[in-house]
Amino acid sequence: MNRKLRIDRTIIQRLGFSLLTLVAVATVIPILAVVAYIIKEGAPAISWEFLTAMPSDGMRAGGILPAIVGTFYLTVGTAIFSVPLGIAAAIYLSEYARDTTWTRIIRIAIINLAGIPSVVYGLFGLGLFVIFLKFGTSILAASLTLSIMTLPVIISASEEALRAVPQAFRTVSISLGGTQWQTIRKIILPQALPGILTGVILGLERAAGETAPILFTGAAFFLPRLPGSPLDATMALPYHLFVISTQVPEMPFQIQYGTALVLIVFVLSMNVIATLVRSRARAKRQW
Amino acid sequence: MVDKIVIDHFSLQYTDGTESLRDINFNIVANTITVLFGPAGGGKSSLLRCLNRLNDLTEVKVASGKILLDGENILDPKTDVIALRRKVGMVFARPVVLPLTIRGNLTYGLELAGEKRRSRLDDAVERSLKLAALWEEVKDRLGDPAIALSGGQQQRLCLARALANQPEVILLDEPTSGLDPISTGKVEAALQELKRDYTIILVPHSVQQAARTADYAAFFLQGELVEYGEGKSIFTKPKEKRTQDYVEGRFG
Repeated sequence: MNRKLRIDRTIIQRLGFSLLTLVAVATVIPILAVVAYIIKEGAPAISWEFLTAMPSDGMRAGGILPAIVGTFYLTVGTAIFSVPLGIAAAIYLSEYARDTTWTRIIRIAIINLAGIPSVVYGLFGLGLFVIFLKFGTSILAASLTLSIMTLPVIISASEEALRAVPQAFRTVSISLGGTQWQTIRKIILPQALPGILTGVILGLERAAGETAPILFTGAAFFLPRLPGSPLDATMALPYHLFVISTQVPEMPFQIQYGTALVLIVFVLSMNVIATLVRSRARAKRQW
Repeated sequence: MVDKIVIDHFSLQYTDGTESLRDINFNIVANTITVLFGPAGGGKSSLLRCLNRLNDLTEVKVASGKILLDGENILDPKTDVIALRRKVGMVFARPVVLPLTIRGNLTYGLELAGEKRRSRLDDAVERSLKLAALWEEVKDRLGDPAIALSGGQQQRLCLARALANQPEVILLDEPTSGLDPISTGKVEAALQELKRDYTIILVPHSVQQAARTADYAAFFLQGELVEYGEGKSIFTKPKEKRTQDYVEGRFG
């Protein structure tokens, strides 16, 4: 009787585990399927010409160079504004700000910023940067719009990374005659840097893949040349994908999936870099 | 006998009211080891952290009275706390090595103060390691991460790090609480050497350590200084009943 009970329990245990494993695997299937499908359909389109030539024949032939370059510019532009601002805000919140109503309001604002739909950022950017500040539909306006969207991610990740550095390091540094800023610069920031970097890359990765925020602020339907200044509009991979998938009749499938593949590779490689940075830093960490 | 530090009607209360000091009066003699001992929560560590104003980091409700270091009131809001902390070094209960090399830990304080000359830094590294009885063990691997040292070595590195700043006073808050008896012996021996050049204030981790090391001793109980005097007399024939009970292990 006892023996039979034990066997029953073992079986139930095994069944439970199998079920959980199955569910875990199931969640990965859609992601793998999407990537596999895009690679299958898009890979034949990838060629040196596709990556380095301008589009031709109403975008139905040629390459996607301006979209690749544009997405690169937008990502760099977003980094220029959001990284220093985001890290500075995180340092303030983690190291200087006391727990007051004021800092609580800031924190709530940051959390809520992260939840705003991206198209709303696009409209806001149109009103503030394109029209009010007269930047026009430009890389500058689009980068600033993307920066606002990216800031909450960078601030939250950086603040978390800074807080993870042991409090004892701060106490020791102060006891050795360090000012608070010296302590931050020499000990806290270097230790938090890998975590900050991971957050930065993940934030920028999201910015690189967004369509809505750049729709009204900097993205061009089609440009015959590469942008020459930050005040020029630009083509960009996500928007280009939207255009050639919905707006251009008789568009070859291959070019659509080829573009999607390039975008995915761009974003995933940033993700891989972030993962590498994190795991290398974990291995080297001294606390 | 020179009084290095004069504590004059000093009281302290924290915002949450957990630990406080009431009307403390005694003097700390230069070039001696003064031991602050008593049961936990008596205010010893709090007093220690007032001596280099590390207490500024926590929220203090009331601090009144005076603490004079070489005649200057260090509680004065105009005190240069950076200069004060260079003059009054500290070693903590848990050895906290900074995430730098062994050498980097030792030169940290001097570099913060703007010292860049390599020869000066090298001298400070060697001198402070010798004072902390660690030189022989680490002289060939100064570039290694400090975290690679054993616990006992780390704590002596922390002592050396405090000494590298060339302070005049050294505060030690239970510096041997996590160490084995051999490491503890090394630290205590180093302290006996150091008192010729420094004024040492030690919160010991046991009454035995207090009795072994103290030139002078102050017994703290619930924020009150019960008794202060020479180590020899306070551990053999204390004047106060409460001191005697504690020293003889009847409570605490």
